[in-house]
Amino acid sequence: MATLIDLAETPVRDLNQALHEAPVASWRVLNPRGAHAVACGIRGNFTVDIEGHVGYYCAGMNQQATVTVHGNAGTGVAENMMSGTVRVRGNASQSAGATAHGGLLVIDGDASARCGISMKGVDIVVGGSVGHMSAFMGQAGRLVVCGDAGDALGDSLYEARIYVRGTVKSLGADCVEKEMSAEHLAELAELLKAAERDEDPADFRRYGSARQLYHFKVDNTTAY
Amino acid sequence: MCGIVGLHLREPSLEPRLGELLTAMLGQVVERGPDSAGVAVYGDPRLSPPGRAVVSLLGVTPTEAEAALPGAVAVAADATTVVHGDTDLLTAIQAALPHATVIGSGIDMAVLKGTGNPVELADAFGLSTVTGWQGVGHTRMATESAVTPEGAHPFSVGPGQCLVHNGSFANHATIRRELRARGVEFDSENDSEVGARFIAHQLEQGAELEKALRLLCERFDGFYTLLVSTGDSFAVVRDAIACKPALVAETDAWVAMASEYRALDVLPGIEHARIFEPEPEEVYVWRR
Repeated sequence: MATLIDLAETPVRDLNQALHEAPVASWRVLNPRGAHAVACGIRGNFTVDIEGHVGYYCAGMNQQATVTVHGNAGTGVAENMMSGTVRVRGNASQSAGATAHGGLLVIDGDASARCGISMKGVDIVVGGSVGHMSAFMGQAGRLVVCGDAGDALGDSLYEARIYVRGTVKSLGADCVEKEMSAEHLAELAELLKAAERDEDPADFRRYGSARQLYHFKVDNTTAY
Repeated sequence: MCGIVGLHLREPSLEPRLGELLTAMLGQVVERGPDSAGVAVYGDPRLSPPGRAVVSLLGVTPTEAEAALPGAVAVAADATTVVHGDTDLLTAIQAALPHATVIGSGIDMAVLKGTGNPVELADAFGLSTVTGWQGVGHTRMATESAVTPEGAHPFSVGPGQCLVHNGSFANHATIRRELRARGVEFDSENDSEVGARFIAHQLEQGAELEKALRLLCERFDGFYTLLVSTGDSFAVVRDAIACKPALVAETDAWVAMASEYRALDVLPGIEHARIFEPEPEEVYVWRR
């Protein structure tokens, strides 16, 4: 039986304090109504089900917990997540999974601009499409997009791996399409399974860094 | 930051609730802009009776306005005085009250602005009792110019037109100079006013609202989410980077736009609304 917290009666600060202090096995949060910072900074092996739309930074800095948003999420859902799972049943706004170091972020709907910006090890699976500049400056981790990607995908990418099933509007600086080997098909199959999706890994293309921006080229000195 | 809210009603039975809904929406974006606020309301019979010209003013009291303008009726709303009168009201005001700042004029629209906490201002405006078919609101966190009623949004510089802006224009000084060279006059050094003057200038030259907003995207550098309203339209546009937030919700009864979802959550029927983020550099227009 989940512990119930109704945000129509309880302030978000109290909810977060309760989640920090006494992590019981499961929580259910009612009436989020777009509130910011719901279930932020939590740590522990428990589940939080949020029944409705949330505002900014939901489940930010998550460690170990499984947070499910039964609605849409605002800017920066699961930003800087370390581990655990965050699932958004609806759509996510910009900068989903920003700077996240680990864990799994699943967005069943679309994610808008800058999904996975500066990702540092997180796995992100988006059931729909992502907006422009997704995985911008991504350093590590995997971004899987079952729909389409917007402009400048993977701009200034370091080492994150990107898999896209649909079309890519344009690739960002230093992001290129790469060969899909058996190793990549296997890791993609694992990610899709973890996200409870049934797409065929063979339908995806892989993108990554051309590694041309790693070192300053002396020929460019006069450009600055 | 800055917060934007807007509501365009399709269902006439909701018109008596326009002010109440706009007040609730504004209350959800106070943290985004706690230093000043403004609203524009379309179709309130007290502020803009049918058939009367309406001019919103700063720098004059209602008593002064009525004394200087025979036949006109003035209504106080915090720092703003809304005057309605005959069709030549704007010309009469410019002659009789040259020190007043005109912050809006048209036949169906009143603009109310002030400084201070947006919730307290909404109360001072009497916003919750206002009725009508369309309203826009803004809470301001000033970045480009001083915190004054003149610097609060909306910027209304053409007949029935309003612009509210979240962001900052980078090349506003250049565009202001160009518009001044073409004879356009400015009230302030505010960057958002340049956007409003640019749109008003394009509309005056015969451009449709969609075209005017597309031209703005081509000409302006910087960050912006804009909500632009006219006597029959409600429009949204964002810059190419789209880092300033915007959400649109739409039902058969209304179209609404806000910086954050929580401002839309107060609307009746939101649970069945189609909710989306406007795409960068795409112009969205809804007409009455």
